[in-house]
Amino acid sequence: MSWIGWAQIALVLALAVAAAIPLGRYMAAVAHGRLRFLAPVEALIYRTAGIDPVRGMGWRGYTLAMLAANAAGFALLYALLRLQGALPLNPQGFDGLSPYLAFNTAISFVTNTNWQAYSGEAAMSYLSQMAGLTVQNFLSAATGIALAFAVCRAFAAGGVSQLGNFWADLVRICLYLLLPISLVLGLAFVALGMPQTLSPYVEATTLEGATQTIPLGPAAFQVAIKHLGTNGGGFFGVNALHPFEGPGALAAALQIIAQQIIPFGLALTFGHLVGDRRQGRALLAVMLGYVVVATGLIYGAEAGGNPLHLAFGIDPAQGNMEGKDLRFGLPLVALFTATTTGASCGAVNAMFDSFTPLGGLIPLFLIQLGEVLPGGVGSGLYGMLVFALLAVFVAGLMVGRTPEYLGKKVQAREVKLAMLAVLVLPATILGLASLSLVLPAAVASIPAQGPHGLTEMLYAYTSAAGNNGSAFGGLAADTPWLDTTLGLAMLLGRFAYVVPVMGIAGALALKPKLAASTGTFPTHGPLFAGLLAGVILILGGLQFMPALALGPLAEHFVLAAGRTF
Amino acid sequence: MIAILRPALAVVGLLTLLLGLAVPLGFTGLAGTLFPAAAGGSLIERDGKVVGSALIGQGFASARYFHPRPSATTAPDPENPGSTTASPYNAAASAASQAAPTSQALLEAVKERQAALGGGAVPADAVTASGSGLDPHISPENAARQVARVAAARGLPAARVAALVAVQTEGREFGLLGEPRVNVLRLNLALDALR
Repeated sequence: MSWIGWAQIALVLALAVAAAIPLGRYMAAVAHGRLRFLAPVEALIYRTAGIDPVRGMGWRGYTLAMLAANAAGFALLYALLRLQGALPLNPQGFDGLSPYLAFNTAISFVTNTNWQAYSGEAAMSYLSQMAGLTVQNFLSAATGIALAFAVCRAFAAGGVSQLGNFWADLVRICLYLLLPISLVLGLAFVALGMPQTLSPYVEATTLEGATQTIPLGPAAFQVAIKHLGTNGGGFFGVNALHPFEGPGALAAALQIIAQQIIPFGLALTFGHLVGDRRQGRALLAVMLGYVVVATGLIYGAEAGGNPLHLAFGIDPAQGNMEGKDLRFGLPLVALFTATTTGASCGAVNAMFDSFTPLGGLIPLFLIQLGEVLPGGVGSGLYGMLVFALLAVFVAGLMVGRTPEYLGKKVQAREVKLAMLAVLVLPATILGLASLSLVLPAAVASIPAQGPHGLTEMLYAYTSAAGNNGSAFGGLAADTPWLDTTLGLAMLLGRFAYVVPVMGIAGALALKPKLAASTGTFPTHGPLFAGLLAGVILILGGLQFMPALALGPLAEHFVLAAGRTF
Repeated sequence: MIAILRPALAVVGLLTLLLGLAVPLGFTGLAGTLFPAAAGGSLIERDGKVVGSALIGQGFASARYFHPRPSATTAPDPENPGSTTASPYNAAASAASQAAPTSQALLEAVKERQAALGGGAVPADAVTASGSGLDPHISPENAARQVARVAAARGLPAARVAALVAVQTEGREFGLLGEPRVNVLRLNLALDALR
């Protein structure tokens, strides 16, 4: 680790927070429907779809509309992927995807996971990338943010039954938030070297006379929304490691900032919407604290290098370089890794599979903590609010008083639903991963020997259920068993989680908003932030400790003992 | 049911037309106008022929050229359908080794590469496979270790080759971000241009 490394990390984080402050206010305006500069487009969509944007929806109606939109998105994307061979804008003549792979990919992009069991430049037509995957990058991100708006509204007012109009939220988030930023970011990415073209792949003749096929495509725009919407699905196979998708250190810094601004900003939006900005800052402080600690741990582990290789004289100056490209440098790789796994993005600019065991443990654990640090766009905020409810509940148990959060009494129904939501992740991850570690058909997908193989399988289900989408890439993931069960894990991680959360929102919205008294536990100070951080670590992380001990921790000690597989 | 399906289909359909076709196509036109070289893949031509992309690494084995980092990309095996064979710098299929830190195969590969470079404290980037398999850069230390070989193969004074490496070394972006590095394709093109 070096001071210039930490300076890079500090600068990028400072810029992300600085951008999140005005964006938090702007997103509150989007939630209130105050923006009008694309009003004709908005009105056209409402008219064609028969939507009355001012009609409020209860939690059930809002959730059903969300599920219907996602089902329609899934159907369209599945059809497009199956049929791409017969559709235009396919200069490389790729065939349609197999039913298993199309199912897995469609679920993956609809749930904002973007797990990829295919390699973009070898499987996807330009039409599938643009009209299929790019669109779902927008829609799944807007879905998450819309749900977060609905949950915020439940805290903002007392005694209401309506949480907003899902269709209006979805359309406004796409038009006023995601689209303008994506256009600006996309142009910056092109300027830094990302291709944006419909031309076919180019055949180059190298200086030594070999032929090299250089893949191209409309990449920059999709990559912009991929980071901004914390989607993470790469245009090219190796994601942001590909020199066209991650052309340099400045591009990597912009990608980190793009992943962070909406989740960070939404914490502040929450403060604006509930009328107490300190509440948002407390949530942001917890998110930021975890990002800094996780980045430091990854940076330290990777800068230390691989002890097996250092033992016979490899220069230790660069650290562990297997699976990493040179241009980003370890500090930005560490910050990118902590961000992409903490923020439920899943883009990668280094291969976690080849990280040192402890360097690889951190991204895995960040996802298992519930994707709230800072979490995916929208999903990070509502996940954080679930933990906040549990934190005030724990505090209430300590003093024997009915807990309150923002003037809303937190009672049995809310706590039960919150625990139900929090348990979805460990039940899905540990259940399906253990099953896959004993089924011969699944075990055949694991290439690595020793504890690393267990980590690869555990990571796959963690990434799917956490809607992250990054991979410990060694796993041969495109098999019927893994395509199907990972698809199931993604569905459970997204929808089995959010339905109880919306149930909480519905129940809380109905409750009156009580004025704070001297006995109220303040939820904006360092004491609450510390309690919240602890609740996330214990309630979110503890269940995974045995699995982590068998995987990355075991591998760490095996490595220290000099054993190889 | 119909009441909820109509908005779902209409909103998803209209947003697909807007965000999946109209905007990306317009954006492609704009990007191609503002940044034609970058939008087209930063291709490098020599004598009217495309020799590669400035961003994509390519394989070099001759002693006359600087060598890039090891690459783990593969290609379909012509003799054994359904399986793949090593094909470094295959830009049509970016890939990493995905080797575990405890991998015996990785350990042996690193030892072998170290020996091929004359042993000792070789820089890590010279003995490890990049994540993309297409890393266009090597570290300045890695380039420095290759200067004597390239100079001998070309019959050039080592100082002249070293000076070329120094010219081709890029610093951190804005003096802060990333790492100092040397673009191997650009360096080798500059070497060829010395003739």
